Amino acid sequence: MSQKLEVKLTVNGRDYVLSLEPRWTLADVLREHCGLTGTHLGCEHGVCGACTVMIDGQAVRSCLMFAVQAQGKAIVTVEGLAGPGGELHPLQQAFIDHHALQCGFCTPGFLMLAHATLLESPDIDDEALIDILASNLCRCTGYKNILAAVKTAAAVMKARRRQP
Amino acid sequence: MTGASVTAFEKGKTRVFGRSVSRIEDLPLVTGRGRYVADLDFPRQIHMRVVRSEEAHGRIVAIRLDAARAVPGVVAVWTHADIAGLPPIDFRDPAAEALKPYRQPLLAKGVVRYVGEPVAVVLAESPYVAEDAAELVAVEVEALPPLLDAAAPPAAFAPGLSTEALELSQEYGDVAAAFREAHCIVEAELSIGRHSGVPMECRGAIGRYDAAYDVLELWGAAKVPHRNREALARFFGRPSSSVQLHECHVGGGFGIRGELYPEDFLVCAASMRLGCPVKWIEDRREHLIAANHSRQQHHRVRAAVDAEGRILALEDAIFLDQGAYVRTHGARVLDLTLAMLPGPYRVPAFRAVGHFRLTNKTPAATYRAPGRYEGTFVRERLLDAIAARLGLDGVAIRRRNLIASNEMPYARQLTANGHPIILDSGDYAGLLRAALEAFGWEETEARLRERRAAGEFVGAGLSFFLEKSGQGPSDSALVSVDSGGFVEVVTGGASLGQGFETAMAQICAETLGVDYRRVRVVHGQTDRIRFGIGAHASRATVMTGGAVHAAASEVRRKALAQASVLLQAPADELDIVEGRVVRRDAPMGASISLGELSRASGPGRDGAGNGMPGLYSESWFHTEGMAFPYGVHIAVVRVDRATGQVAVERYFVATDVGRAVNPMMVEGQIAGGVVQGLGGALYEEFRYDAAGQPLSATFAAYLMPTMREAPKVEVLIAEDAPSPNNPLGIKGVGEGGCTGAGAAIASAIDAAIGRPGAVTALPATPERVLSLLEAARR
Amino acid sequence: MKPAPFDYHAARTVEEAVALLAEYADRDGRIIAGGQSFVPMMAFRLARPSHVIDINGIAALGRLAVEGEVLRIGAVVRHAALETLGCAGVLGRLLSQMARLIAHKPIRNRGTFCGSIVNADPAAEWCLAAVTLGAEIVAQSVREIRVLGADGFFTGAMTTTLAPDELVTECRIPLLRDGTRFGFDEVSRRAGDFAMAAALATYRVEDGRIVEPRIGVGGVEPCPKRIAAAEARLAGAAPDHRLFAAAASEAAAAVEPMDDGEASRGYRQRLVRAVVTRALERSLS
Ligand SMILES: Cc1cc2nc3c(=O)[nH]c(=O)nc-3n(C[C@H](O)[C@H](O)[C@H](O)COP(=O)(O)OP(=O)(O)OC[C@H]3O[C@@H](n4cnc5c(N)ncnc54)[C@H](O)[C@@H]3O)c2cc1C
Ligand code: FES
Ligand code: FES
Repeated sequence: MSQKLEVKLTVNGRDYVLSLEPRWTLADVLREHCGLTGTHLGCEHGVCGACTVMIDGQAVRSCLMFAVQAQGKAIVTVEGLAGPGGELHPLQQAFIDHHALQCGFCTPGFLMLAHATLLESPDIDDEALIDILASNLCRCTGYKNILAAVKTAAAVMKARRRQP
Repeated sequence: MTGASVTAFEKGKTRVFGRSVSRIEDLPLVTGRGRYVADLDFPRQIHMRVVRSEEAHGRIVAIRLDAARAVPGVVAVWTHADIAGLPPIDFRDPAAEALKPYRQPLLAKGVVRYVGEPVAVVLAESPYVAEDAAELVAVEVEALPPLLDAAAPPAAFAPGLSTEALELSQEYGDVAAAFREAHCIVEAELSIGRHSGVPMECRGAIGRYDAAYDVLELWGAAKVPHRNREALARFFGRPSSSVQLHECHVGGGFGIRGELYPEDFLVCAASMRLGCPVKWIEDRREHLIAANHSRQQHHRVRAAVDAEGRILALEDAIFLDQGAYVRTHGARVLDLTLAMLPGPYRVPAFRAVGHFRLTNKTPAATYRAPGRYEGTFVRERLLDAIAARLGLDGVAIRRRNLIASNEMPYARQLTANGHPIILDSGDYAGLLRAALEAFGWEETEARLRERRAAGEFVGAGLSFFLEKSGQGPSDSALVSVDSGGFVEVVTGGASLGQGFETAMAQICAETLGVDYRRVRVVHGQTDRIRFGIGAHASRATVMTGGAVHAAASEVRRKALAQASVLLQAPADELDIVEGRVVRRDAPMGASISLGELSRASGPGRDGAGNGMPGLYSESWFHTEGMAFPYGVHIAVVRVDRATGQVAVERYFVATDVGRAVNPMMVEGQIAGGVVQGLGGALYEEFRYDAAGQPLSATFAAYLMPTMREAPKVEVLIAEDAPSPNNPLGIKGVGEGGCTGAGAAIASAIDAAIGRPGAVTALPATPERVLSLLEAARR
Repeated sequence: MKPAPFDYHAARTVEEAVALLAEYADRDGRIIAGGQSFVPMMAFRLARPSHVIDINGIAALGRLAVEGEVLRIGAVVRHAALETLGCAGVLGRLLSQMARLIAHKPIRNRGTFCGSIVNADPAAEWCLAAVTLGAEIVAQSVREIRVLGADGFFTGAMTTTLAPDELVTECRIPLLRDGTRFGFDEVSRRAGDFAMAAALATYRVEDGRIVEPRIGVGGVEPCPKRIAAAEARLAGAAPDHRLFAAAASEAAAAVEPMDDGEASRGYRQRLVRAVVTRALERSLS
């Protein structure tokens, strides 16, 4: 039997202490051990972005990282995006308003990618935004509404910051 | 209700039907609380891993299982010998007897016929362990030469069986005479590449046998759960009432998801035999070599035309590359290709012969706009060629041949899937006019001419498509109002992410007079309703929508009848607003809620009367005819003269959908369809090497468009020609975004490089386009 | 698509990492840096290391600094760090431009410069940069520390002269003198895909003439390489479009492209002409 390690993960502010084989990817551990199935697997080889989560403020592919490597880092998944009372994040609201999802399978990945992007560059221009969002695949929407939703959310977040 | 020709909801007077309301399915999906099949677990479940052939064609000499069986955590390892009693996978509809020998066994039987074919399965405690053990299954194969070209001479599939499994043909009119008398004959040889739906969610299935009640459950069903229930029941020799299929959230379908594959039967068989739930989640590599491929066809087509460019006859020979086995659809795609080939045009004489041929590639079946994407490419390429030959422009040639609105309904003298094609309604020329105007065709063409003169390789291309939707004959729905006034709609429909719940809620809410957000829509659960057509071929909104309308109308009738007693007013003077019955002439006066009426009519209550208690109805919708949506695609592309890369600068679709239940969702369907169509036109292709090894088995090699490649699709929704074949006038919108894309892009590339008819094969890869460009400059 | 089992070691220091490599290299013990190439290989089980040695926790390897005339890039410096400007001056701008075309942002947030060099994908931007700019690769083992020239480091597609027990601790790239002009171009099927052909050009202009021209081509042959014939064409001449086209023709003639099903030999040859031309044209802007 292969090695098992005790691993402590901090996901959406909560600690999970788990006993894991090191070969388990972060994506699989989030889904199978933490019960956070909002992080999806569309390819498991780094191309589709469905598994995107935020680690220490940056968007990364959780299928390309082993869970043991994520110890001591702040992991945020789509389940951690809404407020404590369940109030939707502006990105979530904008995705609904703009019909930026159909089957919804790619949605968590796009939300986390966009979330990290707007945290890092709140004033990002359209071309740069398209470059970043081109990282993830969606097979349903044709992308146009995803772009519109992220732009709207960026504007809403900016307006909120300006308010005292 | 049968074929009512009135449109139920008057335009401009609806509350929620026809409005772009937000979707009721979105909240769980944006918060990560959706439940796709991979997210579902059952206690004591085990995991299945499929061992797949690595050879394209060969005889199985030996399969060694000892090493795999010895891995701790492995429960069982099976090959064909272990399931020899189970038959091959049958066709959904009775298909030609000739196709039967070509059906796929659950696990390869003596021979492997494509890379990816299931050869063995490992059942183990975790997916990781199952994969470890699967690696240890040693399959020894004696290689046979693979057949990889459907247009090449057929070979032997098995002793005495040709790889040409079937020849289909359809024909009408005097084709020979038309070609004899033609002003000229225009020919083309065209091909469409192998690509497919490739939803973002891979397939998955959980088989769960409940011995306590002798019920077999299949979780992760999609598309056609009720018909698959019948198929599973037949397959296992069980009463269909003891087989239940359950749909979870589905991450896209596009025609390929929800057909029954070997894995669906295997998890069921294993769960019954091993006495525990069996979960199988496909990985992406498996998906790309095992789930249905589609589209690959080669056409030798010709048209007889008169001096004005009017088509006198069309003749086509089609070679369809079916891959290694014939799956649940039989020869459906070929049949649809033949039937829809003439599209929206007057074609006085027609003959098409389709060669349905097996090769050593992944089996193929339907993908969004099956047969129409291919046929539209072929037909529209041919129209462009006719125009070029006669010196006409692309618009003029189409105008000259489109069926006129006063010819509707138009009997085509062809059948699709055995049903006669009778085009229900349409103003094709009117939509073409509207499209050109909305797009700004003249101005754009002028601009593009200037840019070309300045040395750019830019051009616009256009295609006209005809789709088919809403094939009957029947569907049912159950609408009930509970004691709190909440409404439940139970359907036999299915949701693949297209907004089915919202559309049904809108139809129900409009009919009944309630807030659509108070309507809960059930779909894809065979234990909730006896029949169901699922969701495919753009049938759901038309057929299930028709049934929901019928059931909600009946509930409304019941509610008003009851309320008329309580409010002491004739039923026809009453209305339902926001879930309360009011007098039309005094909407602010006395009222009674649907919840109260539901309570009052409960079993044993006075209001129940002598009939069926409760405020509910199960109703049916029947129709004979289909609804034929249609539309125009226009693409503007720029070709990079040094690399042959094609960038889509603008993309426009005009489509007549009869009535749009939710314009926002219609636009979403069109935009998504376009990008898929564009994928097949420019990027996506399942390539194979000379030994039959798949070269597109990763997402780095199977190239689906990203946001960078996708144009911002502009959509014009027209509602000029409601379908007379359903009371809501709806035509399906699932496929039209895809249908015309290959044709429009090809035409635009021709224009950009200044060589009409240059693009004869999809996808138009940069390498191919660069060769065309260089040839054009020579 | 689950990786095969392995034992995991989180190295805290370079010494620890090379000691672990010494112990496990012959049992296919491997380094993991960003994991952006290694983990996909493991998922497909094309790589099945028995031991994985994680260097991400070694603080010293996160160093990105200019020392003397070279930029030193530690083994866990991410693509993203170079994208946001790894150093002042021309070299920083050049690397930033190239970084933007590597994969996608989330991959650049993890993938490392040195990992890309060791991985030696024929189309990797960093391999092309290393060869064209004359980078040095520092390889450490319990036996010795070697400093290897990028030229000669790559021996074929995905193969290098690195020994299995060696850790690349850093790469060093000579700074580019002020006034150096550069241009980079690549052609890939979609945004973020590996290039089918890429070219990097640098040179200076003295008295209206090109001096020290460097033309590197990647994604075409199994290893990136400089094109001497094209450089010779440029050297001493005045930069203009006609000259650039001539140099690009030299480059196209000097390559023996791979045929990998993705792009044929002939097509790649034509792409070389295109990317070299464009890289040179960009040097003017
Ligand atoms: C979807 C996708 C698209 C991509 N597109 C591109 C692209 O366009 N261009 C491009 O260049 N790359 C691309 N990549 C690859 C990416 O840039 C990787 O980050 C890079 O190739 C490897 O760096 P890494 O740090 O992730 O290395 P790892 O994946 O961790 O390691 C790669 C290999 O190098 C070894 N290794 C790593 N670091 C060291 C070291 N310091 N010493 C010794 N051995 C070491 C490992 O053992 C392994 O064998 C893409 C990746 C993905 C998933
Ligand atoms: S699942 Fe991680 S990128 Fe596709
Ligand atoms: S909404 Fe279905 S994949 Fe994006």
